[in-house]
Amino acid sequence: MTGSPPVADPILTLRDVKTHFPVRKGVFKTTAGHVKAVDGVDLDVFRGEVLGLVGESGCGKTTLGKSILQLVRPTAGQITFHDGAGDDVDLQDLTNADLVPYRKKLQIVFQDPYSSLNPAFTIFGSLEDPLIKYGVRPRAERRRIVGDLLEAVNLRRDHMDHYPHEFSGGQRQRIGIARALAIEPDLIVCDEPVSALDVSVQAQVLQLLMELKAERGLTYIFITHDLSVTEYLCDRIAVMYLGRIVELADADDLYANTLHPYTQALLSAIPVADLDKKTDRIVLQGDVPSPVNPPSGCPFHPRCRFATELCKDKVPPLRPFGRNGHLAACHRVEEVMAAGIHSDRAADG
Amino acid sequence: MSDIALEVDDIKTYIYSNRRCNKAIDGVSFSIRRGKTLCIVGESGCGKSITASSIMQLLPALSRIEGGSITYHSDAGEIRIDKLPRNGARMRAIRGSEIAMIFQDPMTALNPVYTVGFQIAENLKYHTKMTARAIRDRCVALLRHMGIPLPEQRVREYPHSLSGGMRQRAMIAMAMACNPKILIADEPTTALDVTIQAQIFELMNRLKAEHGTAILLITHDMGVVAELADDVAVMYMGKIVEAGTVDDILRRPRHPYTRALLSSIPVLGRGKNQSIRPIRGSTPDPYNRPPGCQFAPRCDFATEACQRMPDETFVAPTHRVLCWNHDRVAASG
Repeated sequence: MTGSPPVADPILTLRDVKTHFPVRKGVFKTTAGHVKAVDGVDLDVFRGEVLGLVGESGCGKTTLGKSILQLVRPTAGQITFHDGAGDDVDLQDLTNADLVPYRKKLQIVFQDPYSSLNPAFTIFGSLEDPLIKYGVRPRAERRRIVGDLLEAVNLRRDHMDHYPHEFSGGQRQRIGIARALAIEPDLIVCDEPVSALDVSVQAQVLQLLMELKAERGLTYIFITHDLSVTEYLCDRIAVMYLGRIVELADADDLYANTLHPYTQALLSAIPVADLDKKTDRIVLQGDVPSPVNPPSGCPFHPRCRFATELCKDKVPPLRPFGRNGHLAACHRVEEVMAAGIHSDRAADG
Repeated sequence: MSDIALEVDDIKTYIYSNRRCNKAIDGVSFSIRRGKTLCIVGESGCGKSITASSIMQLLPALSRIEGGSITYHSDAGEIRIDKLPRNGARMRAIRGSEIAMIFQDPMTALNPVYTVGFQIAENLKYHTKMTARAIRDRCVALLRHMGIPLPEQRVREYPHSLSGGMRQRAMIAMAMACNPKILIADEPTTALDVTIQAQIFELMNRLKAEHGTAILLITHDMGVVAELADDVAVMYMGKIVEAGTVDDILRRPRHPYTRALLSSIPVLGRGKNQSIRPIRGSTPDPYNRPPGCQFAPRCDFATEACQRMPDETFVAPTHRVLCWNHDRVAASG
């Protein structure tokens, strides 16, 4: 699970991706504004890495995941898929029909294992669909592949003739993973794959995901709100706030050397099951602002302890700090670094 | 006056459906101290919410407290809650004013067709003799106390116009309206984001310190336990498998299930090289339980003896554990 990601072999490049949803009001359904769910994201995903996408609810992390897969078409920007053989494709320009071969490369595991499996289909019925779509014709062949998949996710071969209601949450999530694996994708977007599961089962699913990654050379985009899971699993972590990436760094670097005040607050807010590790909590005031009408300048400034006039006026760009490709979008990184997460009390006087 | 606010002794609550009986709680004992927080930890289906509803007498219709006692030490003397009729006048007088509850999901627990102010005022109208004006002022004061901005405006608003964190604060304001002696919080922050969760925890700690409220907090998150608890009870399949102070449980866990829970989740700040060990299998079907120790089929320490239900053993004055092999667990480091 350790080891840095391979150098400069991107599988996916995002440039200024925006996904806005219109808000319609009144009798004539005139557009009253836009929910800026994703508002200008630049991101490189490297082959073979686990990229964590973290943030609170409503920060646009799921929408970004879906935009990458073109399940939601982005409003602007460029999402380029590199197949590794020198063929680069801008996914957002393709028609649905042209997308079909690329859908085979990009798959998703959904959050809620209870609503993502059709209750009227047997497990075989759900899992054979992608195989039919991508041309595995003989039924016996499909049954063999589905059986192999179920075994790969630690279920029994004969489970394929059962219905979803016969399975527990953890088992269903493993079926969801098997479905994503069915057509041998390169990249899987895992959208909160364990948050609906009981704690004792979460670890089973996390371990399975990591084993499959090692076996099949997968790349994951791991969307979650749980920073302790990302720390354990991910090579790099992107922290999102109101549709933008505010900090992006190697997992170790993000925790050891936090640069953005929002990340600091987020990290300090997590209850830690360790009596010896009590961080001084930074309690943020107020709620996340509405993405329809985000604050001017830096979206975090109304809740930020370090905010100045500059932060109200100007959106801070994502700039590099230090060596390891640590990026942060904040005007006042130097002051934040000086304050630090642990010397918080001193900073507040 | 004793230090104990509520004592639960060996209660058994069974739920009946389709001629089958689910022994949802099967002999649970604990006590909640004044001004302290007791955390009940466990996975879904272990009976932690049923424990809370047993105390509040808010159990589903086809269920019954079959044995044991729940004693509430009120200012006026001891009251056996389990002996009171569920909807009798005395239970109604206690519920909401002396013992109050916060529910998991603030969206479903608040009534969408009444204003927030009305719902807080309801409690005061019922339990106190305050005038309408005094009640209105008290509602505003409560919301302000909970850290809600512009409380004069918010009391007139409906739950849908409040954010999740504010709704949960309104729920706490409702529960705290009559200054209850005991506050039962059933996963109060599970539906909320971590930064909002931190705000709610700070609020609960303040209430505990200011009013000496005894808090029963139900959670599945060991992190929350480390953060808030004074005492901890770990539940599995309707029984408390281990109980003690927060130090006992987190530093010296003696039950294999507690250990497994602690090592099955990654802990923030321990980096990539921490070893997490999943618990094999899943929780058994409550209608088809294993014969003896409920955790035996998933336990690494299981022996022949585990075919029988173990006895409760005190390993320290405050620390009890329900396991035949707790010595071996302790020796395993």
